[in-house]
Amino acid sequence: MSDHDRKNPVDDVTGTETTGHSWDGIEELNNPLPRWWLWTFYICIIWGIGYTIAYPAWPMISGATSGVLGYSTRGEVADDIAAFRAGNAERDAQLAVSDLTTLSQNEDLYRYAVSSGAAVFRTNCSQCHGSGAAGAKGYPNLLDDDWIWGGDHAAIAYTVRHGVRNETDGDARYSQMPAFGDMLAPEEILSVVEQVRALAGEEHDAALAQEGAALFADNCAACHGEAGKGDRDLGAPNLTDAIWLYGGDREALTQTITYSRFGVMPPWGPPRLTEAQVQAVATYVHQLGGGEADPAPAN
Amino acid sequence: MADTPPSLYAPREPIFPRRVSGFFRNLKWWIMGVTLGIYYLLPWVRWDRGPNLPDQAVLADIEHRRFFFFWIEIWPHEFYFVAGLLIMAGLGLFLFTSALGRVWCGYTCPQTVWTDLFLLVERWIEGDRNARIRLLRADWSLRKLSLRLTKWFVWLLISVATGGAWVFYFTDAPGLAVSLVTLDAPGVAYASVAVLTATTFVFGGFMREQVCIYMCPWPRIQAAMMDEGTLTVGYRDWRGEPRGRHRKGARAAAATRTATAYTEADVPQIAAEAEETLGDCIDCMACVNVCPMGIDIRDGQQLECITCALCIDACNEVMDKVGKPRGLIDYLALDDVPPAKDTPAYAGWSPKPIWQHVLRLRTILYTVLWSVVGMGLVIALFIRSDIELTVSPVRNPTYVMQSDGAIRNIYDVRLRNKSGDDRLFHLSLTSVETLRIALEGTTELSVTVPANQTLLQRVYVTARRDDPAAHADSTPLRFWVEDMTTLSRASSKTIFNGTGDTK
Repeated sequence: MSDHDRKNPVDDVTGTETTGHSWDGIEELNNPLPRWWLWTFYICIIWGIGYTIAYPAWPMISGATSGVLGYSTRGEVADDIAAFRAGNAERDAQLAVSDLTTLSQNEDLYRYAVSSGAAVFRTNCSQCHGSGAAGAKGYPNLLDDDWIWGGDHAAIAYTVRHGVRNETDGDARYSQMPAFGDMLAPEEILSVVEQVRALAGEEHDAALAQEGAALFADNCAACHGEAGKGDRDLGAPNLTDAIWLYGGDREALTQTITYSRFGVMPPWGPPRLTEAQVQAVATYVHQLGGGEADPAPAN
Repeated sequence: MADTPPSLYAPREPIFPRRVSGFFRNLKWWIMGVTLGIYYLLPWVRWDRGPNLPDQAVLADIEHRRFFFFWIEIWPHEFYFVAGLLIMAGLGLFLFTSALGRVWCGYTCPQTVWTDLFLLVERWIEGDRNARIRLLRADWSLRKLSLRLTKWFVWLLISVATGGAWVFYFTDAPGLAVSLVTLDAPGVAYASVAVLTATTFVFGGFMREQVCIYMCPWPRIQAAMMDEGTLTVGYRDWRGEPRGRHRKGARAAAATRTATAYTEADVPQIAAEAEETLGDCIDCMACVNVCPMGIDIRDGQQLECITCALCIDACNEVMDKVGKPRGLIDYLALDDVPPAKDTPAYAGWSPKPIWQHVLRLRTILYTVLWSVVGMGLVIALFIRSDIELTVSPVRNPTYVMQSDGAIRNIYDVRLRNKSGDDRLFHLSLTSVETLRIALEGTTELSVTVPANQTLLQRVYVTARRDDPAAHADSTPLRFWVEDMTTLSRASSKTIFNGTGDTK
């Protein structure tokens, strides 16, 4: 290249053309790109074209080109899940027909049940019962020792399988407290509230509670029992303990008696969850802290 | 100015180190034998640890997350031992570098050791320096091809053995050796062997000094750790210069001058001047020819020099032959230069004794630091218990109210049994006497932890309704675990969360 071909000034020291850019007197040499760099660049372009043919790449009107390899990250996840399912198939089959009362003797299967049950719980149950299973108002705490429908393995598994007060499963746990707002006068309800607080050992108005005692015996004792201890067969909560599903203050109790409550839990048995998943989640919930001893086998 | 700028790429100059013998060469043979022996054979050493643990003396069991070193077993949570050893290795490197320069590079660096081994093979197959230079310049012939192929094949065998030995540190060596041969070994084992075979072959056979000069950061770092008092391989230029091989010529010139001397008194002085015209260096290039880095040590301290000391051996050999004292090239400190010959100080000068170079504030400081870390690790090793527990309170929820109004906290307790047998662990509480402890899944307060495992146990601590701990925000608590076999104990602090409704 001779000097008159050059558009830009030439650097005196190296004899190389500059780009004409100058910053505080420092100029940029216009050296050609290194050959290795250029070839790497070309190879990247070729590789990129090949990549867009092999893999999903070009956006189209509805979606993208799928690539000749038929690969997708979603498909990869599906394959992974299928692989895990296949790997656990044997234990799942065993768990589905296991007796939960003696499961803890089979250490491997028990651990599998607890950890897979935890996964089932996080996905399906934590929305209402909380990720730590501590429940919320109207959604029972599964960590404590108070159970409305029973807390041994069989009772928990039944509740999970059929749910509570739902219309989809004919075998669902079912109970219905009447709305006493239609049957009792407001001041009568207030006296029943005081009686319920008296039964629970809470601070209360003794005179009003006295009045409420007779009303309680007539209207409530049929399900909750004379002493208010509740009845699991009827799904009637124990009113004498420290745990309230909907709150134990006067306002909440008045609300409960006046309008009643109707908490619903969907049935989780097949087809929603598999039999093994029901067994697993029942095992998981039982070992959270509140699980009750199983009745001795009848023989 | 030329249109084409000078190339910034310098092609590699082939280096053909000549065979040499001497003290340092022998030392390096011994170090090579010992280090390679350790590397290749250590995975095969057995160490009986009982039925439940592997019997390999040195094993980094990644799969089960254990590191075994003879009688020492490191669990993942004890990784600070590895960190401590790395700190010690770093400080040790600083110590050696400040005292003796790049001794690590010259004697024990794997790059040096394997290159040395590869050079040995090369010399054995292709001959010494001159034969190898001739072979390089010769046209391709059947002989050249067969020599090259033989050399590469032997290198490849060494490389495969090197890559192969590496994977034995990570799993049971005899079992893996069998499965490697029967093609049953996991893919990662073959991949590791392949990668390390390739790096050994290329680094030891072809890249050699290029690795040290261009890839390794150590030559750059060393400058910060050496000073003028550091002993390192150097050339006594004040003794050797001016160098020259035409000593006879100088003597002849002196003889002519003697013949034409004005007075007899001038004759001895002329003879002495003749001897002094040239230094001890006869410029035989022996030091350059043996150098694996291809440098001339007489040019002074250089980044390329790995202080392998082979030039010392080569030069001493020559000095013995020409009847001069040894040590023209030697371990020396840069501040050990004598004063100029014509000053009065020259007569009384003698080099500093070695101990003054080795025992300097800097080296003493590094030794102290190194020992402190080492002592710390040894103490930590001896006081660590066979059993351990970690307690993580379940914080979702922080507490659970029971039907009788009691407040219960849940803890995930991890019990570690580092022994080789199943052990019965007993759990108890101190600090607050009124709190009750219970374990999930059992009515006992003891649980069996399998050998060499961590057991996750859900533990409940309950405060009665009227207990102050039930209403306090939080109460400090200490869990104790006791090994019912050895009666050794361990404890862990945590807290008990109450309702926080105390006024």
